[in-house]
Amino acid sequence: MIGLPSQWGAISIGALKMMVYLDNSATTRQYDEVTELMYKIAKEDFGNPSSLHSLGFEAGNYLFEARQTMEDCFYGNGSVIFTSSGTEADNMALVSTCRKMRRRGNKIITTKVEHPAILETCKRLQEDGFNVEYLDVDVDGYLEPQLLKAALDKDTILVSIMTVNNEVGTIEPVLPAYRTVQEFNKANGTNIIFHTDAVQAFGKIAMDDAPFDLISASAHKIHGPKGMGVLYMRKDLKLPAFITGGGQESGYRSSTENVPGIAGFGLAAKMATADLYNKMNRIGEVNEYLLRGLTSEISDVLVNGPEELGYTLYDHGKRCPSVLNLSFMGTRGEVLLHTLEQDKILVSTGSACASHKTGDSHVLQAMSMSHKEIEGAIRFSLSEFNTIEEMDYVIDRVKKAVERFRKLGSFR
Amino acid sequence: MKKNLYIVRCGEVALKGMNRPYFERILLERVKNAISCYENAEACWKNGLMLVRVEDSIPMKEVVKRCSKVFGVASVSPAVEAPKDIDAIGKVASDFMMKLIEEEGIKTFKVKGKRADKNFPIQSPEIGKIVGAIILKTCKVLSVDVHNPDCELFVDVRHEGTYIFRDKIKGFGGLPLGTNGRGMILMSGGIDSPVAAFMMAKRGMTIEAVHFHSYPYTSPRAQKKVEDLCAVLAGYMGTIKMHCINLLPIQEQIVQNCPEDETTLLVRRFMMRIAEQIAIKNNNMMLITGEDLGQVASQTAEALVVTDAVVKMPVMRPLIAMDKVDIMEKAQEIGTYEISIQPYEDCCTVFLPKHPCTKPKLENIERSESALDVQTLVDAAVASEEIVVIKPR
Repeated sequence: MIGLPSQWGAISIGALKMMVYLDNSATTRQYDEVTELMYKIAKEDFGNPSSLHSLGFEAGNYLFEARQTMEDCFYGNGSVIFTSSGTEADNMALVSTCRKMRRRGNKIITTKVEHPAILETCKRLQEDGFNVEYLDVDVDGYLEPQLLKAALDKDTILVSIMTVNNEVGTIEPVLPAYRTVQEFNKANGTNIIFHTDAVQAFGKIAMDDAPFDLISASAHKIHGPKGMGVLYMRKDLKLPAFITGGGQESGYRSSTENVPGIAGFGLAAKMATADLYNKMNRIGEVNEYLLRGLTSEISDVLVNGPEELGYTLYDHGKRCPSVLNLSFMGTRGEVLLHTLEQDKILVSTGSACASHKTGDSHVLQAMSMSHKEIEGAIRFSLSEFNTIEEMDYVIDRVKKAVERFRKLGSFR
Repeated sequence: MKKNLYIVRCGEVALKGMNRPYFERILLERVKNAISCYENAEACWKNGLMLVRVEDSIPMKEVVKRCSKVFGVASVSPAVEAPKDIDAIGKVASDFMMKLIEEEGIKTFKVKGKRADKNFPIQSPEIGKIVGAIILKTCKVLSVDVHNPDCELFVDVRHEGTYIFRDKIKGFGGLPLGTNGRGMILMSGGIDSPVAAFMMAKRGMTIEAVHFHSYPYTSPRAQKKVEDLCAVLAGYMGTIKMHCINLLPIQEQIVQNCPEDETTLLVRRFMMRIAEQIAIKNNNMMLITGEDLGQVASQTAEALVVTDAVVKMPVMRPLIAMDKVDIMEKAQEIGTYEISIQPYEDCCTVFLPKHPCTKPKLENIERSESALDVQTLVDAAVASEEIVVIKPR
């Protein structure tokens, strides 16, 4: 590889670790405790929870404990189904709900800024004959709850709205939306199911007071293992099985349980949600420091998404402290990314832009941003491991990278 | 362990006169090298045919594929041997046909005899008739069809013995690698340059590569793509040494100091200069590019004159008169097409002017270039090279 250091280890310049990882919305570094637990299970307690002997029983205990932890993270007496990913949880929520409700109605309501796990699944359901309405968002990527109210009708069976947007961090109005759906159900005798994709919110915003029907979340966004997701299901809600087989996960999703993954997810959830509010406030301080630094040091910077930070589900319309999406006008995000990578700062472009085709991000497009604005977008996503000192370094390097690019331009 | 026999025929090598032993020796080395991954594999020349023997645990198709990939090989046939006795030949041929009936369910056949050893008492047409009759007697399901047979069986009676075979799987032809000097290909990652490298290698040239990138304007994945392309090429021509140069410092100078519409040409002139320097350093005698007349602005006749003017070394452009579709077809045949079409930006498109100059004049270009310290820039670029050695996968 070009210019990449051979060692990514923890070589220190003063207090600053060499690598500054600011792509935590893509994935996070696993907690060491999680890694150790998973290693121990893989090596010693490798039994199948369905086995009757003691090794199987031990393995079952890990599941039991993780399930307890997980259920405590969510509202009321709901149950949790462990899946292979957040994407699978989204798929299960949508497809199984549609299977269950197909005789009651035909319409699904979602937004234009959802993750592809939702949007592509909706596309598939459209092919199967369902009618999907995609709601618009405003320039901050925020869904106006009134739009949902107007879209609801008696044919609707499912509403799916993400909790926090993955690209710009906007906290969507899931609480008012849920209330709207409840009221509509009461007034019209319908039974519309409310799902939220909380992959970017779980472990960052408290979900234990969120009374939704279905919530999906993922482990590797909160320092847990990759290949693990979860679907929370409200008490008394019964969905058809998503994967049939040996009847694991109460029959909803058969397959031998990924014991190390589930246990690792449980531990990560416990660690991530401990002292959550204070932790997020600290991340928020780092986020604001970075935002202030970048906007004061560099000219022509747009904040994509809301500027103000929010810390609970009630702060809808504000921004989750883990995300900061900026457009550096007159630059290209991809080039900035590779320039910063030389300084061992790892970020992500707002758009998954492949050259030769306009692969502009659907989220930023839905926010009515122009191609030029989308092209210069960079997403910084923070975790509890990021520090203010790191941000000083980042601000300095981003400034240099932007200046270098602007001096040169690229004709287009 | 039993070994399977393969007959390898050389193409143009056979046409050589006094040099023939030299070409034959190199071709034998190349084939031996290609099959060196199999234990106890042997290859030798016998009266103008190359005989390859590989243990029968190795699938025949695999061996044939390996041998046919060697440049200089015209065709390959899996074969069986028989003594020089007509009854014995008939017996071996019948067994050979029985196997084919089992495997492929053939119904009709034809035998073509050939007598290279004139001491053998039966003449060529007779050999075909007699062996055909024996096969008919043994394999009841078969019948003869001389015009359109399912299977044409060749019986080749030679001094050292008899060979019986059916298929002649075509190789790429050409000349053995290493018999025709050394060349440096400018590899961009597009469709054309791997094909150009392949075509030169097919004529016996040993290939090294130079790749220009503009990191961080181009992605590291773009270089990975070029490495993947080289790995495919290495399957034909052995390990390839690739020199990687970051062109960005030069591009920055050009963009800041020279007219926009000439950017691409000026960059290409630098590429040629740098490639020449690296070629000299590595004992390569010529440059190779995938340029194709008129394909893009920098490949018009006028542009080629301008880019050629900076180097003394001959520049080979094997694709110059080919149509794009034919190049694409060739790329598919070689197996580089699927990799080439991955959409990563290369250094040529990073500072692409909106309206590039298509009919440049050498004086104008040279005048623009006088704003730059050419020698220093070239030396710095050459000094910054990174070398990647790419082995066949």
